[in-house]
Amino acid sequence: MFRPRPDAPAATVEVEVDGRTVRVPEGASAAAAVLLAGLASLRDTPVTGSARAPYCMMGVCFECLAEIDGVPNRQSCMIAALPGMRIRRQRGARDIDPEDVPRTLPSFPIPAPRSGGA
Amino acid sequence: MTQFDAIVIGGGLVGAAIGYGLVRDGLRVAIVDEGDIAFRASRGNFGLVWVQSKGLGAPHYQRWTRLSAEEWPALAAELGERTGISVGLEQPGGLQLCLGEEELEKRRAMMEQMRREAGNFGFEYRMLDRSELAGILPGLGASVAGASWTPYDGHANSLNLLHALHKGFGERGGTYLPGRTVIEAHAAPHDFRVEFAGETIVAPKVVLAAGLGNAKLAPLFGLLAPVRPQRGQILVTERTNRLWPLPLGSLRQTQEGTIMLGSSEEDVGFDTGQKPAIMRNIARRAVLCFPWIAELQIVRAWAALRVMPPDGLPIYDESEEFPGAFTANCHSGVTLAGAHANAFAPMVTAGALDPMMMPFSAKRFDVSAAA
Repeated sequence: MFRPRPDAPAATVEVEVDGRTVRVPEGASAAAAVLLAGLASLRDTPVTGSARAPYCMMGVCFECLAEIDGVPNRQSCMIAALPGMRIRRQRGARDIDPEDVPRTLPSFPIPAPRSGGA
Repeated sequence: MTQFDAIVIGGGLVGAAIGYGLVRDGLRVAIVDEGDIAFRASRGNFGLVWVQSKGLGAPHYQRWTRLSAEEWPALAAELGERTGISVGLEQPGGLQLCLGEEELEKRRAMMEQMRREAGNFGFEYRMLDRSELAGILPGLGASVAGASWTPYDGHANSLNLLHALHKGFGERGGTYLPGRTVIEAHAAPHDFRVEFAGETIVAPKVVLAAGLGNAKLAPLFGLLAPVRPQRGQILVTERTNRLWPLPLGSLRQTQEGTIMLGSSEEDVGFDTGQKPAIMRNIARRAVLCFPWIAELQIVRAWAALRVMPPDGLPIYDESEEFPGAFTANCHSGVTLAGAHANAFAPMVTAGALDPMMMPFSAKRFDVSAAA
């Protein structure tokens, strides 16, 4: 459905979109790569399960969420495609395993239960 | 000039719940609402149906909140059937996490006081220690000392609630008048006239449910509603798999999977801006409770204004000077929706507040009367 404008710079950046290899011009967004890859949809919503694809292309609608280089729920329209980037489809909400998050927090005092007031 | 049986001023959660209850009673009702410029606590709240901390030192408020939590399932079911909108009610009880022993001991004392003040009405609660909690809540932070639990708490989708109340109101023949700011009001006993630009409506009953706007409206009807804005800020994460079986007070995961982080209290007038220092403290408490929350992206954050009476307790009143005029003021439009639709509205229909509402009267602020 989508193709580059005739005056677009040469497609030199190679990325992987859900297993397909796609080339886009330097500076193009990851969402542009998804559209050029011809995917009918990029994710299923966690709310209704309906299929979604990049829509507003300007960071507002959050329809273009994708797993990019292993990080889920990235707004693909706001991220520049980089060589070797892996853009993957998402189904439903991201998973997090609370027992398996190795993380050392910086130390800070315990803030009051209701910050800013009584 | 259009005649109604009752005029509700305010189309937020409080006004919509009362208006819904009134049309269900068969009254011809107009809900008068401002526009999107209004300070909408109903669109900025946290979505808790929260009982366990409400009414310390004020058992009448504890009972009113409990009554509302008990009415909630019937209201949610009715709205679902009539409007097709699920308000997403879950009432599995709630936990309030305490960071450090000092918070836990304070909480324990508070819950015990709640139980004492409940008297024969009863107040079931339990304090859970760290090891019990760890079995329920995966990835619990090392700073969590314990939590209080009551079976009464829950949460809901408050935007769907507002939508469902409005839809239910309209489907039962209610008249919604948005984009109106009251220019003038004339009160007489059982005879109220409300004027907007080029438009007048009249009714023998009026209910002031205009949130922070009640402060200025109330005196026109022989009432007092000295409410002030109190700012609260909220952070919201990306959606994840569901992790908690129940809401956690200042933390909750919605049915759709986002995790909401609160809470704060600031006295900053009508400023709905956000402050990084407050947002940082909210985030810090959240990651102290659950270090894995630090892995999640924050996708939204906002501030909204609570409608706060001087003593933090709701104000419900009826005008002695102009019988037929009522007012409802509170900062818990979600929690109290059950009571507003199923208990307060029927009192307005009947024409008088139940004696149980007397402690909520604004007369409590009248120093000369109390002296």
